[in-house]
Amino acid sequence: MTSRTPRPYWNPYFAGFALGLVLLSAFVSMGRGLGISGAVTTTVVAGVAAVAPAHAEANPYAAAYLGDGRTGLFKDWLVIEVLGVLAGGLLSAVLAGRFRWKVEKGPRISARGRLMAAFGGGAVMGFATRVARGCTSGQALTGGAMLSVGSWVFMLAIFAGAYATAYFVRREWT
Amino acid sequence: MNAPLYQYGAFGPGASLIVAVAIGLGFGFCLERAGFGNARKLAAQFYLNDLTVFKVMFTAIVTAMTGLYLLSRIGVLDLSLIYHLPTYLVPQLLGGLLFGVGFVVGGYCPGTSCVAASSGKIDGLVVIPGMMAGIWIFVELYPRLEGFVNMTPMGDFDLAQLAGVPYGAMVLLIGGVALAGFWMANRIERGGSGAVGPE
Repeated sequence: MTSRTPRPYWNPYFAGFALGLVLLSAFVSMGRGLGISGAVTTTVVAGVAAVAPAHAEANPYAAAYLGDGRTGLFKDWLVIEVLGVLAGGLLSAVLAGRFRWKVEKGPRISARGRLMAAFGGGAVMGFATRVARGCTSGQALTGGAMLSVGSWVFMLAIFAGAYATAYFVRREWT
Repeated sequence: MNAPLYQYGAFGPGASLIVAVAIGLGFGFCLERAGFGNARKLAAQFYLNDLTVFKVMFTAIVTAMTGLYLLSRIGVLDLSLIYHLPTYLVPQLLGGLLFGVGFVVGGYCPGTSCVAASSGKIDGLVVIPGMMAGIWIFVELYPRLEGFVNMTPMGDFDLAQLAGVPYGAMVLLIGGVALAGFWMANRIERGGSGAVGPE
């Protein structure tokens, strides 16, 4: 599966239409949208609670993510959905001959430098998802389709933050 | 009205987890097909070489937005039973700016890091523990951040209410803005180094 020539990506409008139908089916079936960062938060909080249960209980944010039976289902639902996302990505990549063990980067940065940036960027982004109450899935796509003012502000701010930073990290990509 | 299906009792909590797997599979499949398991393609959005991120996101939003509106107009879907995300203006503005910085440095957003990782991209895999570290830091600092992240609450507040126009008019307006955006994106791409493909 790694020796095949990778097939080209989908047309962006077709991919967007398909993604929109997946989002719509989440609204119609579950009365909620998509999400990723909430499930990662549940996982992190579960880890903290496993190591230091009293510490997690004493933190109001962690306690809310531990679930109280009422919100527990949705949190669990999201964790299961993310496992589906991982499987869906794998399935698509294998079927299209695109599965590769590799580091995606520009030609002017080492793999080690790129991986350090991936970790650091991931940390900044993870923190930001909690400040904004969601990520590109749970806030920008989901709230965007529901015309939420906060979601649109968040989405436009993402583009603004990324464009403002792009010049300074150009060695990573160009 | 008979949707949202779960709220109308069409299936229970156990079956909802099977729905979760199905929706997740579709979500991950679409993200990878769009080329979003590739950080070079995502980052190219911010150097104006390949505007696929913009095109896919806005097509998805317009598709779901239009579907929600039409299904509610014909009386199939009760929009009031869908969970509405509350607006917290300042935290969402600053959180978005910070997220954008992390996105272009890390190369992926949370969902795209998942499909990158599961399609073998080591950099995508590394974003995930980074994200967990950032979330963990937030959770530990929460007692000190609580006031900030809960400031400027505006509740369930949508763009139609903001503009003082009917919901359908806002749906139409956003559709129009998206079409104009796609036309502009194609013009901008002509000045770039071309679309990023696999490999």
